[in-house]
Amino acid sequence: MAETAPAIELKGISKAFGPVQANKDISIRVMPGTIHGIIGENGAGKSTLMSILYGFYKADKGEIFIAGQKTEIPDSQAAISAGIGMVFQHFKLVENFTVLENIILGAEDGGLLRPSLAKARKSLLELEQEYGLNVDPDAVIEDLGVGMQQRVEILKALYRKADILILDEPTGVLTPAEADQLFRILDRLREEGKTIILITHKLREIMEATDTVSVMRRGEMTATVKTSDTSPAELAELMVGRKVLLRVDKKPATPGDVVLDIKGLRVVDEQKVERVKGIDLQVRAGEIVGIAGVAGNGQSELLEVLGGYAKATGSVSLNGEALDLTGKEADGRSRRKRGIGHVPEDRQREGLIMDFSAWENTAFGYHRSEAYQSGLLLNNAAIRDDTAGKMERFDVRPPNPALAAKSFSGGNQQKVVLAREIERNPELLLVGQPTRGVDIGAIEFIHQQIVALRDQGKAILLVSVELEEILALADRVAVMFDGHIMGERQSAETDEKELGLLMAGVGS
Amino acid sequence: MDVIPKWAEVILVPLISLILAAILSALVILAIGEDPVAAVNLMVTGALGSTYGWGYTLYYATNFLFTGLAVSVAFHAGLFNIGGEGQAMLGGLGVALACLLIPWPHWTIALLAATVMAGLFGAAWAAIPAFLQAKRGSHIVITTIMFNFIAAAVLNYILVNVMRPPGSMDPASARFPEAVHLPTLHDILGVVGISFSKAAPANITFLIAIAACFLVWLLLWRTWLGYEIRSYGKSEPAAKYAGISPVAITMIAMLISGALAGMMAINNVMGEAERLVLNAVEGAGFIGIAVALMGRSHPFGVFLAAILFGFLYQGGAELALWTSIPRELIVVIQALVILFTGALDNMVRMPLEKLFLMLRRRDA
Repeated sequence: MAETAPAIELKGISKAFGPVQANKDISIRVMPGTIHGIIGENGAGKSTLMSILYGFYKADKGEIFIAGQKTEIPDSQAAISAGIGMVFQHFKLVENFTVLENIILGAEDGGLLRPSLAKARKSLLELEQEYGLNVDPDAVIEDLGVGMQQRVEILKALYRKADILILDEPTGVLTPAEADQLFRILDRLREEGKTIILITHKLREIMEATDTVSVMRRGEMTATVKTSDTSPAELAELMVGRKVLLRVDKKPATPGDVVLDIKGLRVVDEQKVERVKGIDLQVRAGEIVGIAGVAGNGQSELLEVLGGYAKATGSVSLNGEALDLTGKEADGRSRRKRGIGHVPEDRQREGLIMDFSAWENTAFGYHRSEAYQSGLLLNNAAIRDDTAGKMERFDVRPPNPALAAKSFSGGNQQKVVLAREIERNPELLLVGQPTRGVDIGAIEFIHQQIVALRDQGKAILLVSVELEEILALADRVAVMFDGHIMGERQSAETDEKELGLLMAGVGS
Repeated sequence: MDVIPKWAEVILVPLISLILAAILSALVILAIGEDPVAAVNLMVTGALGSTYGWGYTLYYATNFLFTGLAVSVAFHAGLFNIGGEGQAMLGGLGVALACLLIPWPHWTIALLAATVMAGLFGAAWAAIPAFLQAKRGSHIVITTIMFNFIAAAVLNYILVNVMRPPGSMDPASARFPEAVHLPTLHDILGVVGISFSKAAPANITFLIAIAACFLVWLLLWRTWLGYEIRSYGKSEPAAKYAGISPVAITMIAMLISGALAGMMAINNVMGEAERLVLNAVEGAGFIGIAVALMGRSHPFGVFLAAILFGFLYQGGAELALWTSIPRELIVVIQALVILFTGALDNMVRMPLEKLFLMLRRRDA
C-alpha cells in the first residue's frame, strides 16, 4: 500500500441502550500524527463512542481497525495493549501517592516495588524529556495543580506506550493559560507522531487545536471536515441542525440602586477550610454581575451562602436590609421570601429531584406558598396548571408536567428550574453554571431569559466557569481566586486574556 | 420513559417473585418428604377457609399494617427504621398504662386514649435515635436496632418489678378491666347480621389500620410536609437548597414512624391479650420491613403485603399444627417470600425489562 494506514479506523459502529440508539453506524478515519476533534452536544454520543474504543462498552455492530489491523477491544486492558491511552475528564489519580507511584499503578513489573520504581523513574525521565512534559516524579498528587495532574495522566498513558491519546473534555477544569499549555503539549506529541483524539463541546478549542473534526448529533456522525475548511458558525449549525446565534443580543445595562451588598464575607466549610476569604461585592438593579474563576475557588460557597444553605460571617444586605447568615433565617425558604431566586450550579443534585415529575419540581422550594395549598392539603391541580403554563412560556419539551425530571434533556431540565425561579419575579437572581450540560440550541434561549430579567430592572449574580459565557452575558465581571476577588472589570473593557491572568491569581 | 409499564412494575414483579418463592418452598417441602400440594391446601383452608382463619389472618395483618406503614414513612425520608419492634413494645407499655391507670367509662374513649398513648410512647422511643441521627450523624440503623434490645430490657424490668400484680408469677401486667375490651370482628359484623368466628382475635383495630393507610397516603402525597419528607428522602442536597431542614424532617419522619409502630399495640395488647405480656410484639416489627419492601412503601402495597404475610403467619401456624412439617420450616417459607419479594427484586425485574424492550421493538 502506498498510503499509510489510518491510526484508528471505525467502520459502522452502532450501539443501543434499550430504546436509545446512542451510536448509529459511525465511521471515522484518523491518520497518524494528527489531532482529530470530536464535537457534539451533550448526549450526542461522543462519550459512548470513546467508551467503545476504550473497551468499556461493546459495540452492537461495527469494526475497529488500529493501524490497519482489525482489533477487538473487549476491555480497557486490551485497549491499552492496542496502544490507546485515555485521559478522563475526572482524573483517576491516587491523591496521596507520588507522581511516580501513580504512573506505575497497575503497570508494576514484579511483586517488589523498589526495582519497578527505579526502572519507572528512568523511563519516566526519558519520556519527560522527549515530550517536554516536566513533572517532578516525587511530588505528591494532592500538592499539584490541576494542569500538572493532567500532565501526569498524559504521562501515565505514554508510559503504557500509548500511540493514540483520547482526551475527554480536557479543558473543563483548566484556566485559559493552562489550556494553552495543554495545547502546546498536544502539538509536541503530534510532532512526535502520536495520534490525538480531542473530545470537547467548545468550538474555539476545535478551531485552535485540531487538524480534522467530526461532528456528532443524536448518535450520528453528521460531518467530518478539515478544520481549516470550516468555521465556528458552520460547526455549530452542524451540531444543532439549525442556525445558531453565538453571541448574546443585549442592550447596554442601566444599573440602578444597589440590591445586593456583600461586605467582608467569609465562609468556612465543614472540613474547617476557609473557602471565601473576606470578599466585598455589590450587584445593582438592572445589571448582571458575573463571577469568573476556575471551579473550586469559592464561587460555589458564595452562592450557597446567598441561597441560604451555608453559614458565613461578614455582612450581606438585600435592598439595604441585612440577611441572616447564621441564625434561623439562614435557610432557603427565608431567602425565597426575601425575593432571592436561585438557579443552582448543579441542577441534578440540587435544583431538581430527578425522580419527581416536572410539576412536583415546579413547586420545589415554593411548595409551602399559599397559591399551592387548599386547606391542609396541597393543591396539586393548581401546581399542575401553573407548571403547564411555565412549560409553554419557557418552551420546555415535551410539555408534559407529569413526566419525571430525569426524562428531560439537560437543557429542558434547566428550563424547568429557570421558569420556576424567574417567574417568581425575584429581586435578585442567583445563577450558577446556567448552561452547563445544556445543548447549544437551549443556551441561546436561557441567555435571553436572563437578559430579559435584567431588563426588567432585577439584579443578577452569575457564576460560570465558562469565560465566554461570562463575557457574553455579564455587564461587570469579578474574578475569584482562592477565596478572594482578584479584581473587577467592565466586561466591555476586558478580554479573556486579562481575566485568565486574574483567574490564575496573577496581578490585579 | 420508564422501561416497564407501571402495572407490570406494581403487579407483575411482586407476583412473579411470589411465584418463584412458592416454587422454591414447594421444593423444600418435597425434600423433607411431604406433599407440597397438600401443604398449600392446608395453609389456604387454615388461613382463609373459615371466618376463624380469616380472623387470625386479619389480626396478624393488622400488626403488619402498622409496622409496615412505620417502615414506609421513614423510608420515604431515606431513613431505615428497623426499630419497629422496640417502638411497638413501648407502644404496648403506653396502652397498658392508659388502660390500667384510668377507669374508663366506655371502650371508645379508652381506645382513643390508648391510641394516643401508644403513638406517644412509640414516637418517644424513635425520638432518641432520630435525634442522634439528625444532630450527631449516628447511623439510624445501628441505633434503632440497639433500641430494640433496650426496649426489651426496659419492658422486662417494668413488668417484673413494677406492673406485675402482687402474688403473680407471670411477668405480665394485670388484666385490663372489662370496660376497655375492644369489639372484635364478631361483634362488629354481628351488628349487620354477618356471623364471624367468636374465637378469632381480629378486632376493630383492623379498621383503624385501614384508616391509617389512607392517612399516610394523604400525608405523603397530598401535604407539603409529605412533599418535604419525600424530597429529603430522594436528595439531601436538593432539600437543603429548597430550604427543607434535614434535622426537622429526620425528626418528624421518625416520630411519625415510631408512632405508627407504637399504635400496633392497640391491636395485640388491647385488642387481643388484654394485658401486657413480654414478647407481645412477636417479631411483627421486623416483618414490617418485609411488608414495606414488598409493598414498595406505598400504603396500598403495604395493605396487600400485610394481608399476604397475615396469611403466611396463620397458614404457617396451621401447617405446624396439623402436619409433621416442623415450625422452623414455616420460618424458611416466610424467609423465602421476604428474600424474593424484598431483596431479590432485580432478579425478576431485569429479565422483565428485557422482555418488554423486545416486545416494544417488535411493535416499532
